Amino acid sequence: MSAALLSVAGVTAGYQPDLPIIRDISMSVAAGELVTIIGPNGAGKSTLIKAIAGQLRITSGRVTLDGADITNIATYRMAEAGIAYVPQTENIFSTLTVDENLRVGAQPLPKPEARERIAEAYRTFPDLDPFRRQKAGVLSGGQRQMLAVARALLTQPRLIMLDEPSAGLAPKMVDEVFSRLAGLVKTGVAILMVEQNAKAAMQISDRTYVLAEGANRLDGPSARLLDDPEVAEIYLGRAGRKV
Amino acid sequence: MLGVALYLVFFLIVVTIYAIVVMGLNLQWGFTGLFNAGVVAFYAIGAYGTAVLIGPARDRLIGGFEMPFLVGLAGGMALAALAGLIVALATLKLREEYLAIATFGIAITIQLVALNFEALTGGANGLIGLPRPMFDLFATPGGYNLFYLIFVLAVAVVIYAALERAVRSPWGRVLRAIREDVTAARSLGKNPTTTRLQAFVLGSAIMGLGGGLYVGFIGFVSPIDFLPILTFQIWAMLIVGGSGNNRGAVLGCLVVWGLWTASGYVISNAVPPGLQSQAGAVQAIIIGLVIVLTLLFRPRGLIGEEDVVSAHARDDEVTTPQEEIPAQQGQ
Amino acid sequence: MLQALADGLLTGSIYALGAIGLTLTMGILRFANFAHAEMMTWGAYMALGVLTLFSLPTAPLGPLTFGWPLILATVIAAGLTVVLALIVDRFVFGKLRGKVGHLTLVFASFGVALLIRNLINLIFGGRAQYYTSELQIAVPVAPGLRIMPDQVVVFATAIALVIAVHLFLQNTRLGLAMRAVSESPPLAQVNGISLARVVRWTWIVGGALAAVAGVLYGVSVQLRPELGFHLLLPLFAAAIAGGVGNVIGAVLGGFLIGLIESVSVLVIPAGYKLAIPFLVLLAVLYFRPTGIFAGTTGGK
Repeated sequence: MSAALLSVAGVTAGYQPDLPIIRDISMSVAAGELVTIIGPNGAGKSTLIKAIAGQLRITSGRVTLDGADITNIATYRMAEAGIAYVPQTENIFSTLTVDENLRVGAQPLPKPEARERIAEAYRTFPDLDPFRRQKAGVLSGGQRQMLAVARALLTQPRLIMLDEPSAGLAPKMVDEVFSRLAGLVKTGVAILMVEQNAKAAMQISDRTYVLAEGANRLDGPSARLLDDPEVAEIYLGRAGRKV
Repeated sequence: MLGVALYLVFFLIVVTIYAIVVMGLNLQWGFTGLFNAGVVAFYAIGAYGTAVLIGPARDRLIGGFEMPFLVGLAGGMALAALAGLIVALATLKLREEYLAIATFGIAITIQLVALNFEALTGGANGLIGLPRPMFDLFATPGGYNLFYLIFVLAVAVVIYAALERAVRSPWGRVLRAIREDVTAARSLGKNPTTTRLQAFVLGSAIMGLGGGLYVGFIGFVSPIDFLPILTFQIWAMLIVGGSGNNRGAVLGCLVVWGLWTASGYVISNAVPPGLQSQAGAVQAIIIGLVIVLTLLFRPRGLIGEEDVVSAHARDDEVTTPQEEIPAQQGQ
Repeated sequence: MLQALADGLLTGSIYALGAIGLTLTMGILRFANFAHAEMMTWGAYMALGVLTLFSLPTAPLGPLTFGWPLILATVIAAGLTVVLALIVDRFVFGKLRGKVGHLTLVFASFGVALLIRNLINLIFGGRAQYYTSELQIAVPVAPGLRIMPDQVVVFATAIALVIAVHLFLQNTRLGLAMRAVSESPPLAQVNGISLARVVRWTWIVGGALAAVAGVLYGVSVQLRPELGFHLLLPLFAAAIAGGVGNVIGAVLGGFLIGLIESVSVLVIPAGYKLAIPFLVLLAVLYFRPTGIFAGTTGGK
C-alpha cells in the first residue's frame, strides 16, 4: 500500500451532489501493476473511474497519484499529472483522421516530441499505419480500441485507466486487446481497468477489486479471487435481489 | 379621474390580450420546452386572418368576407395553428434549436408579407375600418371598452382554466415527461414528437387568438403593431412571471407591460423629438435586460414553477446518469 | 442574369464569412447563437466609430472608395468585437453554460442580441450610414455585367479569410483542438484539451470574423442597426444547409443562399427577398436536415 502509485481513499461521488453513486470506496494501484475492477451492473465501476478522471464530483475522500493530491482534477490536466484515460464508448474522434486523432492526443507535448511519439505509436500499432489519412470512423471495433490506447500512451503516462476495453469487441479481438495490455504493463506503466468480462480480465491482472452497489466488497490477488465462490455470489445475489 | 379610469381599462385590455399570448407561449416553452423565437408571427397571423375574414368588402383587395367576429377569430386561430404546424413538422424531429431558428424565420417572413402583399394585408397602411363586435350597442367608447375588457377577461379565464386542466391531465403529464426526458417518455410508449407537435400547434392557435382579439379591439390592423420587439416583450412577460406557471404569466404581463408603458411615457416626455429612435432603443434595452437578468439571477421568475412540475424544470441538461444506476429505474 | 449571379456571389461571400463564425460557435459552443449576427453589426459600427472619433480621412486607394484608414479601423473594430464577445461570454453565457439546458443559452443569446442591437441604435442612431461619401461608378466588365471596384475587394477579402480559416482549422494545434471539441467536448478534455481555452478562442475567431464580415457588408451595402437582424436568417440557413459545424459546408451554404436570393429577385418582387433564406431553410429541414453539403470532404 505504501508503494501505491494511485491511491483512492474513502471516495464518495455521483452525478448530483445529494445522490452519491459510489460511497466510501478505497483502492490502490502500484507502479507497473495491472488492476481490474469488476462487479455487477450498477456497481459503480465506471463511476469510480470517471470520478478519478475528474468527470464527476467527488464529495468526500481523496485521490492521490504518487502522493500528489489529484482529487477532482480537471479532466484535461490528467495527462500532465501522468494519467491517461480511455473512456468506454466514443473514445476516438470519428470525424478526424487517425493521424489527427493522435495529434490531438499529443497536444500536451511540445511539437517535436509529439511528432516522435506519434511515429512511435505507428510502430507499436502497425495496424493503424495504413489508415493515417482516413477518418477514424471507418476503423473496426478492434482498431478503434487500438487507436484509443495508442492515443493514451502518447503522453507516456504512469497510469492508464480503461473503461471496459473489451466492450463490443469480437472474442478474438478481446484476446488481442488484453494481451497488448498485459504487454504494456511489462514496460512499467500501471493499468487500472473496469471490465464486464470479469474472467478474462482477472486472468491477465495482478489484483482485482469487486464492487457492488457503489461500495467495496472484495479485493485481493486476481488468481485467488478467480476461484472465490463469493465473487459469483455477489453477482448472483445482486441479480436475485433486483426489483 | 375619468381619464385615468379610461386609460386603465385600455391598459388592462392590452395586458389581458398579451396574457393570452403569453399563456400560449407558456404551453410551448414552460410546459413543453419548445423555443418559439417568432411569437409575433403567430399573433400577426391571427390578427390578419381575423381582419381579412371580418373586414368589409373592398375593391382590389382579397378578403373582406364580412363574417361574424367569432368566425373570424376561429379562422385566425386556425391559420396561426397551420403556420405552427408547418414549422413544427419541419423541425420537431431535429435539433431543438432548429425550431427556434425556423420560428425566427417565419416572423421575418410574415412581417414581409404584411408589408408587401398589399392586396391581402393592405401593405404599410394596413386594413382599416374593421367592425368591432357589438360596438353599436354602446353609447360611448368608454362603455364599449369596459365591455370589451370583460369579454377578453372571460376569454382569458376560459383559456387559463382549459390550460390548467390540460397540463394536469394525462396529456399534460406526458408533456412534462417529454420536457424532462425525451427517452424516458418514449419508453413509456408515448410518441414525443406527436405530443410536442400538439402542444406547439395549440400554443400557436392561442397566440393567434390573441391577435384576433386585438383586431376586434382596435378595429384596424397594420404592420406597426407587429414589430419584432413584440416577441421579446412576450418572452420577458413569460419569464419574469416564471415559465411553467400560468398565474406567473399573467403577473409577468402586468409587470412588463407596465414597465414598457411607463418607460415609454417617461422617455417621450424627456427626450427631444429628434431622438425618438434612441428613445425606442432605451425601451428595448430595458426589455433585453429584463430577459437576460432574469435568466441569470431569477431563472424561475417572480413566482416560479408550480408543484405540478417537478423541480428539474431548468436542469434538464445536467448530465443524466446512464448505465450506472439501475437501482433508480424501478422507481 | 449575369449581373444577378455576380451580385449573388458577392452577397454569398459575405454570408459565407458570417456563416463560418456561426457554424463554429454552433459546433463548439453547442447552441444556436442569435447574437452572432449582432456581432457583425457591432463590428461594422465600431469601424465607423473609429473613423468618426479620430476623424480619419477617407484617403481612397486607387479606384476604391476607402483606403488605409478603414482597413486600420476594421482591425481595431475586430479587436473591439472580440472584447464584446468575451465580455458577453464572461457575464452571460459562461454563467449559464453547464447549469441550464442549452435552449436557455439560445434564449439568453436572443436577449443579448436585442441588447446589442439597441445599444448600437442608442449610440449611433437608427438612420442608414456609410463609411464614406465618395461615389463609385460601376465599371462594365462584360455585356450586362457592371462591377464596382469595392465589390472586387470585398469579395477577395471574404474569400481570403475563408481560406485562412480553413487552413487554420486544418493545420494548427488550436484549429485541431477546436475541431475535436466540435465533435465531442468530453473526449476532447480526456485528450488534454482545456475547454475553457477552446471556448475563449472560438469567441476570438468568431468575433473577429463577424466584425470583418460586418465591415464588408457595410462597405458594399450600408450600415443600419438592423444589419445583423436581417443577416441572421441567411446565416442560419447557410450554416444549416452546410451541416452545422462544417466550415466548408457553411461557405457553400453562404454562396448558395446568396445566389438563390439574387436570382430569385428576377422572379419574385424584391420586397420578399428576405424571406428567401427562410424558404431555403424550410426546404433543407424538410428534405435534407443534416445539411446539403454534409458529405463534403475536409469540412469538419
